[in-house]
Amino acid sequence: MKWIDEFRDGAVARQIAAQIAAEVRPDRRYHFMEFCGGHTHAISRYGVTDLLPDAVKMIHGPGCPVCVLPIGRVDLAIALALEHKVTLATYGDVLRVPASNGLSLLKAKARGGDVRMIYSAADALELARRTPRREVVFFAIGFETTTPPTALAIKQAAAEGLKNFSVVCNHVLTPAAIGNILESPEVRRFGTVPLDGFIGPAHVSTVIGSRPYEYFAEEYRKPVVIAGFEPLDVMQAILMLVRQVNEGRCEVENEFTRAVTREGNVKAQNLVAEVFELRKRFEWRGLGDVPYSALAIRGDYAAFDAEKRFALETKKVADNKACECGAILRGVKHPRDCKLFGTVCTPENPVGSCMVSSEGACAAHFTYGRFKDVAVRVGA
Amino acid sequence: MSKPVKSGYVRPLDLKHGRVDLTHGSGGRAMAQLIEQLFHEAFGNEILAQKNDMATFALPPGRVVMATDSHVVSPLFFPGGDIGCLSVHGTVNDVAMAGARPIYLAASFILEEGFPLADLKRIVESMAAAAREADVAIVTGDTKVVEQGKGDGVFITTTGVGVVEEGLAIAGDRARPGDRILVSGPLGDHGMAIMSLRESLAFATEIVSDTAALHGLVACMVDAVREPMRRDPARGLRVLRDPTRGGLATTLNEIAAQSGVGMLLDEAAIPVRPQVQAACEFLGLDPLYVANEGKLVAIVAPEDADAVLAAMRAHPLARDACAIGEVIADDNRFVQMQTKFGGRRIVDWLTGDQLPRIC
Repeated sequence: MKWIDEFRDGAVARQIAAQIAAEVRPDRRYHFMEFCGGHTHAISRYGVTDLLPDAVKMIHGPGCPVCVLPIGRVDLAIALALEHKVTLATYGDVLRVPASNGLSLLKAKARGGDVRMIYSAADALELARRTPRREVVFFAIGFETTTPPTALAIKQAAAEGLKNFSVVCNHVLTPAAIGNILESPEVRRFGTVPLDGFIGPAHVSTVIGSRPYEYFAEEYRKPVVIAGFEPLDVMQAILMLVRQVNEGRCEVENEFTRAVTREGNVKAQNLVAEVFELRKRFEWRGLGDVPYSALAIRGDYAAFDAEKRFALETKKVADNKACECGAILRGVKHPRDCKLFGTVCTPENPVGSCMVSSEGACAAHFTYGRFKDVAVRVGA
Repeated sequence: MSKPVKSGYVRPLDLKHGRVDLTHGSGGRAMAQLIEQLFHEAFGNEILAQKNDMATFALPPGRVVMATDSHVVSPLFFPGGDIGCLSVHGTVNDVAMAGARPIYLAASFILEEGFPLADLKRIVESMAAAAREADVAIVTGDTKVVEQGKGDGVFITTTGVGVVEEGLAIAGDRARPGDRILVSGPLGDHGMAIMSLRESLAFATEIVSDTAALHGLVACMVDAVREPMRRDPARGLRVLRDPTRGGLATTLNEIAAQSGVGMLLDEAAIPVRPQVQAACEFLGLDPLYVANEGKLVAIVAPEDADAVLAAMRAHPLARDACAIGEVIADDNRFVQMQTKFGGRRIVDWLTGDQLPRIC
């Protein structure tokens, strides 16, 4: 296929792999975090790590919107569906996130809750237009990529004077999460998570641009290479990171120039700024409370803020004690280090959120890579 | 099936503007009329014409094969077919995957109150045409009507009966290390044709469903290796399956589990049309998990793979057939794939439904 196959070309991949192998220094190891679940998925799906020399280790980051959603927020969505009896619309992956009391939105739906899977914020808006007698609440999640469409839906609802549409805003900010990881005791003080650089987000960066990462490169001395979600993008980014490390550079480089500029999508940024404001703090699964890391709906659009309309309060709910999602999201542990992985916690019955989304580190490893953990006899 | 109706006293069904109502399922005159004027008219055959609640027939020699399949597709009409022909092909193919010739079908309809009779007529006529083309007779059936909101227009369950010749053992537990894995053509056409019409995803495409009856193809494949299969039970066709719901990935995992083996696929060899690949990319789906309704997977003893492949390619429904991998010994029963990119990964069971990416 035009414009896709070119980015998945095995021959080119082998060339880049040979280049990486030739340039890594024999006396050191390279630990890079791919922040985005999209990269985690691509790495697992195409078997990128099979092509890398042993010296290069990839650490999965927290950039999976479903994975970082704390239990309390899902509980809130379930309460909206079951107690407030609203029509709750949200993205498919959210439906399977385990919440309190053994519930999930999917199970709430089976108990009579009106829960709808939608593909875009515009679908939620359309649902509200079509069912004027139902309260339709859009449970919005995602990083900067999905935020502008939510902003647009709210603006449109306001323009049309829609009375039955509101939004629970769970939109979170990538730079805040990267900062949190870099400030975490594991990285900063104890050095338990060696981190030599980041592969920067693809789609998120099309919106926010490459500029926000410059701070991390300068302040924390960590190289960042923004990369597309295709496997060759990832390979190329790894080569660029290896070169930065070898040359002692800490810069923001852009491998994804076909879509990302330094300034990003200014129109989308303005739209987001018009509808949303920073929350003082927001709970992230795995990272805990992170200051100024999420967005709330501005006072001008308060009529569309479901948290205000239904007087909702988010309760803090502790994760399952044995679940290692937190440590995995911070890059401290690998999915296979978790006792629950693949036994109690599987994609069919996820205990932790990393097992829910296909972009989650646990789900990606279970789905594509678990054969590497067991001795497999190959051959007739 | 019904009591005779004296047609001269009965106002004919309004097949243009009429709608299904509860009386069509209540066992009275309206139901008898629907059955007579719509179903019998379309399916017409001697056994059905006897108007019994059951069908009585003798079968040719061989082992009897039976399969049943419920059809709940939405939308009911899609590029390349509709729920009617699909309900015939689905069951005919299930019977055929034993290497059998399907002969008779039973059809059961659950209709939703308010469903347009014109649409029902279209569906029933499509079923009749598909059955005629496949040379199977719909010989018994049932109709129920549910209240509005309790169905999705029409659900059709079909049950098929066929016969497989003695000495032909084709089953899901017979794959052995070394066997070759063949597919009859490009994957994912049906699923993406349906997906392109889904309300919230609608996109313009030329993809049409591949829905088709496969027993003719199966017969050609059996013919190609009948002799070696008779001589040696380890030879020839070992497993046949149509990769419908859950696609190729799910089908291969089922076979791996049943047979207690692993599989190793070569991604570069797996055929997918560029339009299907593009639509899947666009939605964040994997074509290996997308449904097919006119394709089959064959697991074949290595020495007979070329003969079977040649027979498949000579048939109009499998011109693009190809070998995509090999059965391997693996106690974990993993279906693995060598990626085009150069890595190796699992092609796992599907978890829930495939979901488009959100980020």
